[in-house]
Amino acid sequence: MNLKDLFKAAAVENKRRQVVVQGQVVPESSRCVQCGICSFHCPIGIDVRRHAWQGTPVKDSHCLTCGECVTRCPRGVLRFEKSSIFEG
Amino acid sequence: MTRYLIIGAGVAGISAAEAIRSVDQSGDITLLYDDADGYYSRPGLAYYLTNEVPEKQLYAFQEDDFHRLRLQRLHASVRRIRPSEHKIELNDGRLLPYDRLLIATGAAATPAKAPGVELQGVVKLDSLEDARRILKLSRKAHSAVVVGGGITALELVEALRAQRVQVHYFLRGDRYWANVLDETESRIVEHRLKEEGVQIHYQTELAEINGKNGQATGVRTVDNRQLRCEIVAVAIGVQPRKALAEASGLKVDRGVWVDEFLRTRTAGGGALPGGEALPDVYAAGDVAQVYDPLAGKAVIDSLWGPARQQGYTAGLNMSGQTRAYRKSAPFNVTRLAGLTTTIIGAVGGRETDADLLEVARGESETWRQIPDAIAAQADFDVNRLRVLVGKQNLVGAIVMGDQTLSQAVHHLVAEQADITPIREQLIHPNRPLGDILAGFWADWRQQHGAK
Repeated sequence: MNLKDLFKAAAVENKRRQVVVQGQVVPESSRCVQCGICSFHCPIGIDVRRHAWQGTPVKDSHCLTCGECVTRCPRGVLRFEKSSIFEG
Repeated sequence: MTRYLIIGAGVAGISAAEAIRSVDQSGDITLLYDDADGYYSRPGLAYYLTNEVPEKQLYAFQEDDFHRLRLQRLHASVRRIRPSEHKIELNDGRLLPYDRLLIATGAAATPAKAPGVELQGVVKLDSLEDARRILKLSRKAHSAVVVGGGITALELVEALRAQRVQVHYFLRGDRYWANVLDETESRIVEHRLKEEGVQIHYQTELAEINGKNGQATGVRTVDNRQLRCEIVAVAIGVQPRKALAEASGLKVDRGVWVDEFLRTRTAGGGALPGGEALPDVYAAGDVAQVYDPLAGKAVIDSLWGPARQQGYTAGLNMSGQTRAYRKSAPFNVTRLAGLTTTIIGAVGGRETDADLLEVARGESETWRQIPDAIAAQADFDVNRLRVLVGKQNLVGAIVMGDQTLSQAVHHLVAEQADITPIREQLIHPNRPLGDILAGFWADWRQQHGAK
């Protein structure tokens, strides 16, 4: 990897961290079939599935935004969306 | 106090209970179910079978949830509805009165017709109990034959592979799911299955299941080939569980016929007055054949989303609101040979699929319609995007693999967005389809204030 690629990779990683820190998990209810994989894999036991049923973002202050639920969902129900809590 | 009875503890029944409780705080709601496991995620069985989720995780509602809804549950089978008396008759002879009734009995797998279907080792995938049976059989089995098409057949194939069983997949025709997928899409799925070690047998039809001491030991094909196997898994379609409605004198076509308010009618003749609306008896979910006044016909879906919406709409109507069910573009997200696939609207491949008799689970009849549209497609590695371009709007789409565009395309189809500005670009070969749609979606979303 040359220096240019290294900088590029760092920029991508930085961007990713920004999304993770400022983001919240948002469900698209119509895709969800309540299989429970999301809740099962949440390291701190948030019932993500319930948010998907109700169509509400995961606003739990304990959410680590680790992305386990987002990547494990087999149906693409969950995504990170920038939350407004850090904005004025 | 209004007495509500809901027959069936699938998502339509649960959703109806939620809707009723949102309107009527004092009514008495009872949920009757004949599947001993009650309410669980039926689509989640596929992930249970691939060891991605444990069994207990499939129960989406806990005791607290039932308590919150003040929902009484009764494990019982219903023999007959007596609409003129406002009562139902249980199999044990008990009579239960109701003011409003919902039939949400779902659908059941169509059994294979071949001799030997009663043997141990012949399985389907309707329920949690079926899934448990498959896991138990897989522990001792070396080989399995899977017969059928659509999503459930592939769920069975992948489940058995995950349990390290050698799989022979029989296709009657020359490709997988020919009435929904186009040839390229079928080949992508088949190629991935072969890479996973699945042996696909084209133009192969099951003639007979052989057995010894009541246990399946192999199959014979129509062209007289013999194959040894301990499991035969069948997924040739589902049929609405309409026997109760039929026995009770309700109007039944391929499913229980309901109007746009999810109300049933009498069949006419017999003791009941002919063909009249039954304002207190509703049906929703896989069992219902819902009349769509815009399309002028009654359609069956076997999909979680519409079942939930129908149940909710029926529940609101049962509790005194007036709400019409408006069918939106049918849509499902599934995994085909490990590839996340979204199917939206009308995408029809061929008119028929020899591997499926009726509608299959996880499917809508609308998908099979061959739209009056031009197909535009883009392939990139294993990802594929196919959109069906109508005169002014997109009528359907399939997104395989990368799902970045799936939400955009879904909204454009469902909301019948006017695509005139990009139509020529879309149907022009060798244009970057994904980029065109993504750009259009960004503009459209801004103009229409969509999320």
